[in-house]
Amino acid sequence: MTLRAAAAPVMAAPPAAREPLIRFRAVELTLSGRRILDPISLDIGRGEFVCVVGPSGCGKTTLLRLIAGLYLPSGGQVLYDGKPVAGPRQDIAIVFQDYGKALLPWRTATGNVSLALEAISMPRAERPARIAALLATVGLSNHADKFPGQLSGGMQQRLQIARCLAQAPTVLLMDEPFGALDAMTRQALQDEVLALAASSGATVFFVTHDLEEAIYLGDRVVALRPNPGRVADMFDVRLPRPRDQLTTREHPEFLRLRRALFDFIKESEA
Amino acid sequence: MSPGARASRPHRRMAPTVERAGRPRSQGGWRGLVVPAGVLIAAELAARAAGLQSDSLARPSEIAAVGIAALIDGTMLHATGQTLVAAFAGLAIGTSLGLAFGILLGLFRTASRLAEFSVEAFRPIPSVALIPIVLLIFGFGYRMEIAIVAFATFWPILILTRAAIAGIEPRLLEVSRALGFGLGRRVAKIVLPAALPRLFVAFRLAVGIALIVAVTVEITGNTLGLGYALMDAQQSLRPALMFALLLWVGLVGWGLNAVLLWAQARLFGPAAAVEATP
Repeated sequence: MTLRAAAAPVMAAPPAAREPLIRFRAVELTLSGRRILDPISLDIGRGEFVCVVGPSGCGKTTLLRLIAGLYLPSGGQVLYDGKPVAGPRQDIAIVFQDYGKALLPWRTATGNVSLALEAISMPRAERPARIAALLATVGLSNHADKFPGQLSGGMQQRLQIARCLAQAPTVLLMDEPFGALDAMTRQALQDEVLALAASSGATVFFVTHDLEEAIYLGDRVVALRPNPGRVADMFDVRLPRPRDQLTTREHPEFLRLRRALFDFIKESEA
Repeated sequence: MSPGARASRPHRRMAPTVERAGRPRSQGGWRGLVVPAGVLIAAELAARAAGLQSDSLARPSEIAAVGIAALIDGTMLHATGQTLVAAFAGLAIGTSLGLAFGILLGLFRTASRLAEFSVEAFRPIPSVALIPIVLLIFGFGYRMEIAIVAFATFWPILILTRAAIAGIEPRLLEVSRALGFGLGRRVAKIVLPAALPRLFVAFRLAVGIALIVAVTVEITGNTLGLGYALMDAQQSLRPALMFALLLWVGLVGWGLNAVLLWAQARLFGPAAAVEATP
């Protein structure tokens, strides 16, 4: 873990060298007679930050739910660490977009983080210290006793991220997590997620509809095409890390990728 | 949208429930007493002016005197105890069974579909229509009354529990799946707390039904409790005692509801009031 954390900030390492952590092998999905995904093959390496973009209805969230084990494929296989995904697992955490609905409104921030620790059956006596550390990680130490309804949108999403980190996940699945936040909060959270991913070495699968966000965060951007969903293109993001909201976004490579992705989206919508 | 605007939204959703719990007694309490007090005084004056001597009516002052006497000599409290024991025993059985089946039907759509016909066939049976059958099984006494109260409270609890479970935010159930909770922990940590405010409303409703049904069973023949005391007062031509008992039944019902409302506000407070909005 520490080794990987040290290596991560340098440069996006080509994932091909190691055995991929998540493999889609000709995965297809049909839900109640409707074809959602055409056969998709995709490898995601350990510690890789993969962003998925595409127009709505292209199956971005479906891919995420297949990794999470919330859907099972109609054909093909989703492999996690070499074994087929059979259902949700505790080392895969999901950050949902609708943080307001994903938090327990009757539990405080502390209680919401505690839920994940209860799930891994951590002894009661060990929880408070761990919860305090997690809330500190996401900057919510001063709001430990507040209920979700008393927190702003950005704080609620931070809380959800803290709960996911409590699972000590190997994989973090994020489903348009910042889509409903204002621009300033979004940028702050983008940087926090990058720092968390770098320090924990977690593999991140990040669904977004924001092309610039995808380039800014990812080691790789997967572009999907709809009806039915399929992988249209893949872009390796060779931008230096740690990334910076100003210099990264002005980097020629960033601008080149941005143009390529915009062209792709325009073309796929035509 | 600013973060502040978003943060305030849940508060606004809470507001109506909080107000609803607090308002009825805090606002205009004494003004509400004007009309009943006026009616009482008018009835007293009219009865005295007409020199009332009746087998079916009584002067308010007479009713009060007889009622206080019955409270002091313990007969009224004894009868109240009997009614409440039967009502709460029946309520306990009806509520726990209704809750268990309601959770089952709320969580599993197949179970709900399988049970749909049976529920709709049995539910409309008026509980007091069971008195003859239950009387044959248990005879007079507590067991018969408890059985009928249990039947009467089982259905509303079942239906409202099923609805409360079905109304839980699906995302929360997904969160519990993602965290790997099994059925037991899912129910204990997510399903019940999420549904609890609504379940409590269902329970309040069931408490009212339990009291009504218990007194009804006593009036129709069971030799127990307040209902029987009412019938006894009627048949021995003591209208003052009858009215005193009637008022007392009303007071007991009102008191139970007040205790439950207070408990509801104490237990759930503003944090979970969000879910209480039906």
